[in-house]
Amino acid sequence: MTSLPLIIALAWRNLWRNKRRTAVILFAMALGVWAMIVTAAFMRGMALQVLDDTIDNLTAHIQIHHNNYLDDPVIENSFKINKTIESALQHTDIINWSNRIRVPAVISSERDTSGLVLLGIDPEREADLSFLKSSISDGKYFSGADDKGIIIGKKLADNLETRLGKRVVVITQNTRNEISDRGFRITGIYDTPTEGMETGFVFMTRRSAETLIGVSDLSSEIAIITRSLEHVDPVIKTLKSDLPDLDIQSWQTIQPFTQLIVEMYGDFQYIWHLIVFLAMSFGIINTLLMTIFERSREFGLFQALGLKPRFILMQVWIESMFMLTIALIIGNLVSWLTVLSTGDGIDVSAFAKGMEMAQLSNIIPFIIISEDLFLANSIVIVLGMLTGLYPAWRASRLVPANAITRV
Amino acid sequence: MNTKQTDLVVECQKISKTYQQGIIEVNALTDIDFDVQRGEFICLSGPSGSGKSTLLNMIGGLDAPSTGEIFIDGEEIDELDKSELADMRLHKIGFIFQAYNLIPVLTAQENIEMVMQMQGINKADRNRKSLSILKEVGLEGLENRKPPELSGGQQQRVAVARAIVSRPSLVLADEPTANLDSVTANKLIDLMLSMNEQHKTTFIISTHDPMIMQRAKKLVKLHDGKIAEVINQE
Repeated sequence: MTSLPLIIALAWRNLWRNKRRTAVILFAMALGVWAMIVTAAFMRGMALQVLDDTIDNLTAHIQIHHNNYLDDPVIENSFKINKTIESALQHTDIINWSNRIRVPAVISSERDTSGLVLLGIDPEREADLSFLKSSISDGKYFSGADDKGIIIGKKLADNLETRLGKRVVVITQNTRNEISDRGFRITGIYDTPTEGMETGFVFMTRRSAETLIGVSDLSSEIAIITRSLEHVDPVIKTLKSDLPDLDIQSWQTIQPFTQLIVEMYGDFQYIWHLIVFLAMSFGIINTLLMTIFERSREFGLFQALGLKPRFILMQVWIESMFMLTIALIIGNLVSWLTVLSTGDGIDVSAFAKGMEMAQLSNIIPFIIISEDLFLANSIVIVLGMLTGLYPAWRASRLVPANAITRV
Repeated sequence: MNTKQTDLVVECQKISKTYQQGIIEVNALTDIDFDVQRGEFICLSGPSGSGKSTLLNMIGGLDAPSTGEIFIDGEEIDELDKSELADMRLHKIGFIFQAYNLIPVLTAQENIEMVMQMQGINKADRNRKSLSILKEVGLEGLENRKPPELSGGQQQRVAVARAIVSRPSLVLADEPTANLDSVTANKLIDLMLSMNEQHKTTFIISTHDPMIMQRAKKLVKLHDGKIAEVINQE
């Protein structure tokens, strides 16, 4: 391998022989790397945001219901939290949980009426579990378990032509299948990026809901947050074993659309990386073949002087590796700066309706994670190494007598 | 491998070379028998297409004959694979071409050291030998210049220096003076002759240049791929 230091030096110097061409191809390759990483960051941000929003928007990681509740979400399909359930919820990987009353209802203002879902919540437990407390835009969150107010969405308030401090009537069905109604003062208005959320849910304390429906200590659902997404399945397994009479579901089965988006993101990333690399590889091959054509006399001379064909192959291949490495460094650096410059994300509120249909917020964050960086860089390195082999092989196969005399 | 002990540097036995040009077969060389003794200074001459360069390429292992055998230092080169051929060229043969002799991204000294580096000679020895040979060919002080910064004559001197620096058995030169003016060409011939005399290096030069033909110790005239005449001029 005595020729190795020589061919490394030659590969490096040859790279800068035609500075303009090298600069153009480096720009194109770095652009490709940038497109890969920034798109991955955008898609990752979108997927994680959908996931976060889904979990934050009342779904949580795990939900526990009465076995019939999801088919018929009425108050009869509720359950009491007994010692067995309380003991099961002591699981070390459960960091927070909250039990809710969740029933269909109708809300009526002086002007209009709307059908929605009524949630009776435990204000203290719910504060750290879902979006509600952090989304109050007007008024205040519940002061305690005895708070008698109601919190409604901003869009719903607009639709009902009502506002903070006004009274609304909530109508639902009690356990005797009779209509039960009661007036509540609006003490808080929440604002979320999704209008569907604002028009679909109203919140009161569990105590108010129990009084309205005429029940005591009943829960429609328990929402659970685990330490991380990785803990969801093991916790479900334990809960199913501990609570065989209840329906225990993960966020994936409750919100299959979110699961689909997250899975689609992974597949899309591979396809996008391959498309970008395919475009890049034409640049690499074209540049190297051009180089070989221009330098064929030189390769002939090398062979005449006694350089073995495998070292000629290595010289061209190392040259392409230098090019790839520089492009990767520039591409990664510029991607990092791009993501850094976007701050909290990019504002796509101009497409608010479409974003809402896709369950997305109006601000999409760019999130770079090491796995995505590794994937993009690995694809470029591995496929780049393979792509560089063909021109290198061509160079090593030149017949010296023909190569030297080539004009 | 077929090898034999001999003082012959080159031994060509009935070598022929046929090229295919479309549907036409062109006989570049026909049944050439040609021997070169160690230390000879031979000039191959003849009109264009007579087979001078083809013969030189065959001897240097840059191209393979269609039939016949070639021995370099008693070793039959037809039996060598590409890697062994490269080794043979590296250790036994120096080349000087008409043009494009030097690697443009390397300095004059690096161009000379390149062959020694491939041979595995250490850096200190490479440096000492390259500077010494540069002085010998009259290029002292120009060691750090790259080929575009040297004149045509200087570039050919570097090529000669590179060809002989590791003391090969044989130097093959293909039209070495073709792109040089007469004064520079004469100096290059002087240089090659002095290298031949001082180091007993064998030279085979293919040329149209009458100056080289006059000063060669042996003149081999080729015509239509055959040796037409051999003139001993010593």
